[in-house]
Amino acid sequence: MNLQDEFTKGLWRDNPVFKLLLGLCPVLAVTTSAENGLGMGLATTFVLLCSNIVVSLLRKVIPSKVRIPSFIVIIASFVTVVQLTMEAYLYDLHKALGIFIPLIVVNCLILGRAEAFASKQPLRGALIDGLGMGLGFTLALFVLGGVREIFGAGTLLGVSLFGGAYQPFLLMILPPGAFITLGFLLAGMNRIESARR
Amino acid sequence: MEQKLILSPAPHLHGEQSTEQIMRAVIYALLPACAVSIYFFGLPALRVLVLCTLGCVLAEIGCQKLMRRPAAWRDGSAALTGVLLALNLPPASPWWLALLGAAVAIVVGKQVYGGLGHNPFNPALVARVVLLISFPVQMTTWSAPTPLGAGLDLVTTATPLGEAKNAVMLSGRLPEALQNSSWDYFIGNMGGCLGEVSALALLLGAAYLFWKRILTWHIPLSYLGSVVVIAGIFWLVDPSRYPSPLFHLLTGGLMLGVFFMATDMVTSPVTPRGMLVFGVGCGLLTVLIRLFGGYPEGVSFAILLMNAATPLIDRFTRPRAFGEAPARVSGRQGAP
Repeated sequence: MNLQDEFTKGLWRDNPVFKLLLGLCPVLAVTTSAENGLGMGLATTFVLLCSNIVVSLLRKVIPSKVRIPSFIVIIASFVTVVQLTMEAYLYDLHKALGIFIPLIVVNCLILGRAEAFASKQPLRGALIDGLGMGLGFTLALFVLGGVREIFGAGTLLGVSLFGGAYQPFLLMILPPGAFITLGFLLAGMNRIESARR
Repeated sequence: MEQKLILSPAPHLHGEQSTEQIMRAVIYALLPACAVSIYFFGLPALRVLVLCTLGCVLAEIGCQKLMRRPAAWRDGSAALTGVLLALNLPPASPWWLALLGAAVAIVVGKQVYGGLGHNPFNPALVARVVLLISFPVQMTTWSAPTPLGAGLDLVTTATPLGEAKNAVMLSGRLPEALQNSSWDYFIGNMGGCLGEVSALALLLGAAYLFWKRILTWHIPLSYLGSVVVIAGIFWLVDPSRYPSPLFHLLTGGLMLGVFFMATDMVTSPVTPRGMLVFGVGCGLLTVLIRLFGGYPEGVSFAILLMNAATPLIDRFTRPRAFGEAPARVSGRQGAP
């Protein structure tokens, strides 16, 4: 498997949200706007990238019996970095994402990549994999947040799209809207896939 | 192969009615309520009815084309959903609200689950609740009834249930006038959704359905009965705070819900015992939401919640086959 393939698989073929359905808790909870989705996605990408690198570097040192706790400690360290950085420089976004920043620790996408990929691969592959998966996750959250924001608030990234007469479809930024939007996006992706074959 | 050989366990009696006939009969049964709504609310009511029905049928055709399913919109189920949805909307609903509701009912409420017969929730009620949560202002702007369009300008008013809830929240007491207009409530001379205003028209329609043997008595009777009993208990405790059972029966969407939505064949239990449980559950939830919930009206929420419980009710009330040993808890057989 070449490196380019390693990178692009996270964007579409093995997209963590649309194909693997991993880490759905933040996916559904914070995507009330495109900005929140983007912020959450980038924070997760940073953690995933760093944890993949470190796990890959330490893969020969970590005894296999305690590998999961070790991975969690590594992941938690980077989550703390992200959390404190956001609190210092992106306070509004930090407030909007709330508890879901510390909860990145238990995002099964990150642990899943560490366990299934980074702990078995040399540095280069793990790095590319983390980047691709992270960007795929970000893309998915951005699309989901964007769709929900357009319908639920009539804006995209805070810019009003339809003028003042638009009545926001509130349900879309409430929790049921997340499930409904994700369902329709999955259906659309499956449709595209089946048309390709 | 024209004639199929069907092997099935007894009973072998087969109902004569087709889906199409049932749907058509229910639509006929709703016509008096439609007529009353047009009489009291005029052209806006007619517009909501037409938009919802057309919207639902078009959404059904579109879905079936897109999903490459057989074009079954002629069975009338989508049109019926449209009429029911319209009867669940306020007369002054803007056009986009009606069309959006129609799309939500058919696409999200029905077709994504696999079409007619597979939807766990009543599609019209799904749409109503989605709209109620999303557009609280438009969904609670009630026009005052103006027989035959006596005044052409829309005058807004409150529904009796809304008025009662407000008064109780503000002063802890029911307004006197509310209790004394039962005849107006009965014929439909009050603010409210298109179809919920006239108990008389709905009862006429229900009588037609009983006569055609499309309705059985189980759900309507247990639903109405439990509302009367539970509301009656509260009323006896404190009549200045809790409205009388008669008020509960005649206001809000109770009659519409009881006869036309709780009895939806797809989303209610199949066994008579299950139907009774379903009806009592609906009644209990309706009264509790009306008296203690955040919304003044609870019929749609109550029915949707009991829709969700329907598979469970069906499972626990499954009739025992002749000669079968009584299972202690049904469904626990087999390896864990």
